[in-house]
Amino acid sequence: MRPLRKYLDRLEPLFQKDGRFEKLGALYEAIDTFLYSPKDVTQYSPHVRDAIDLKRVMMTVYFAVLPCFIMAMYNVGHDANVAMTANNITSVPGWRGLFLENIGIGYDPNNIWACLWHGTMYVLPIYIVTFIVGMTWEVVFATVRNHEINEGFFVTSILFTLTLPATIPLWQVALGITFGVVFGKEVFGGVGKNFLNPALVGRAFLFFAYPAQMSGDSVWVAVDAVSGATPLALWSGAGIEAVHAAGVTWENAFFGIVQGSMGETSTLACLIGAAILIYTRIASWRIMVGVLLGMIVVTLFFNWLGSETNPMFSMPWYWHLVLGGYAFGLVFMATDPVSASMTETGKWVFGILIGVMVSLIRVLNPAYSEGMMLAILFANVFAPLIDWFVIQANIRRRIRRSD
Amino acid sequence: METYLSLFVRSIFVENLALSFFLGMCTFLAVSKKIETALGLGAAVVVVQGITVPVNNLITTYILNAGALSWLGLPDVNLVFLQLIIFIGVIAAMVQILEMILDRYVPKLYNALGIFLPLITVNCAILGGSLFMFNRSYNFSESVVFGVGSGLGWALAIVGLAAVREKLKYSDVPKGLQGLGITFIVAGLMSLAFMSFSGIQL
Repeated sequence: MRPLRKYLDRLEPLFQKDGRFEKLGALYEAIDTFLYSPKDVTQYSPHVRDAIDLKRVMMTVYFAVLPCFIMAMYNVGHDANVAMTANNITSVPGWRGLFLENIGIGYDPNNIWACLWHGTMYVLPIYIVTFIVGMTWEVVFATVRNHEINEGFFVTSILFTLTLPATIPLWQVALGITFGVVFGKEVFGGVGKNFLNPALVGRAFLFFAYPAQMSGDSVWVAVDAVSGATPLALWSGAGIEAVHAAGVTWENAFFGIVQGSMGETSTLACLIGAAILIYTRIASWRIMVGVLLGMIVVTLFFNWLGSETNPMFSMPWYWHLVLGGYAFGLVFMATDPVSASMTETGKWVFGILIGVMVSLIRVLNPAYSEGMMLAILFANVFAPLIDWFVIQANIRRRIRRSD
Repeated sequence: METYLSLFVRSIFVENLALSFFLGMCTFLAVSKKIETALGLGAAVVVVQGITVPVNNLITTYILNAGALSWLGLPDVNLVFLQLIIFIGVIAAMVQILEMILDRYVPKLYNALGIFLPLITVNCAILGGSLFMFNRSYNFSESVVFGVGSGLGWALAIVGLAAVREKLKYSDVPKGLQGLGITFIVAGLMSLAFMSFSGIQL
């Protein structure tokens, strides 16, 4: 590794003040500290000595999302291959087909590698577009505004990618991440200064601007003219019978072999991520438990209430847990430390608010069969208010104590 | 009972005056710098809205509507064209009366609200509430529920915005966007989050 370090050191003067590439200093700094721990340390007290800094935190989250990412590649390919077999389609049009034919792996839905490769053809381009467009905005803002590029974008980019359906046009991906990064984050001054989750802002923008490509029945399976509704949409149409009729069992949904946005389908992969995040104490377990509690209580209430006309009333909580973006949002989106509540009590309230909202939207709002994104955004909006009330209560308590 | 409950929830969340109709924007943006004042203003709006909408409802039903004056023996009179000016007059009068009552009996609250109480007169969310009441032809009890509910929704929105703005004190907004600019963006993003309610059938 030494030659690389030397090479970077040799380049450094070019990017410093009065260097030839002074404007791109932020980019150099980002690459340098991504590869090596920064050498500058705090000179004066107070110190916090810790092996982990913001960059390592973000990279840990990134690795925690990877199981979902791999599962996304597999499931997108698997869905497509199953649809191709069922409809007797033997070739994929365009460059994807060309590539897959050249490596000669075929379209067998039972072959794990065939599914992985086929899925990669969809997941990877979306991720690359997200990354390049988003990174460009990051660099532009960092250069103009003279702040550092932060690893936060690694997390935003992968989370944003995984919340999209596989068939989304790439220009919409670029538009969505642009809105998310610029209006969700950079207008407030960058990472840590925003109040909404940037990945969700981008997704919500696409969701309302281009509903035809973001929701419905025909966007989830990456084969032309083949439709497959998400289990949530099926359930809100005709209850559990429709879900079973589509061949979806609880185990399918748990392992992630169902239709849905790319990364959200596998609850198992999300749980692996949750284990990593809780073990490393990066994500707040209070928020996760809160989201779970809020959802279970409201769902049990709806189960008890029952309804003749709305099949969603009958959905038990363990189905809510494995369907749609619930698990993905619970583990990766709700626990975003910037947009969540900061106080410990506030985290409970924040989590429960998300859980309650997601059940309410899914069950009561026929316009959206999925509610996780909107529930989290709604709770993000009120997170500062929750914190304020917690702090005021604390102040009052301490005044009483001192009297 | 169920219709009133659903109307109440709808007027707070689904048809939020500030975040889905963008009414009362001037006060919404101007008085949302601190949570305490936002809470005070929100409470004042709830009270004023809860009084003026039902009062305007009575006036509409018994004076302004076509044939409403038949109890005076004038069944052919239609005074609906006076609606706007009368509604505004009622709102101004109500705010004045409320001000005097608060000043006389609850001076503490009166001082806390300060300038915001008279400001409510020109808050278009209040007039908007009365006009919605007329448009959707609510009856008297519905207008009470709608008045309180829509006031609460507006209060919720401004308190939420104030909390976000207090949090944004620590952010690093580009120079050209500081102040009102970023507040507009925040209000827009908040209404994006409130879109979760649109489409709820109650």
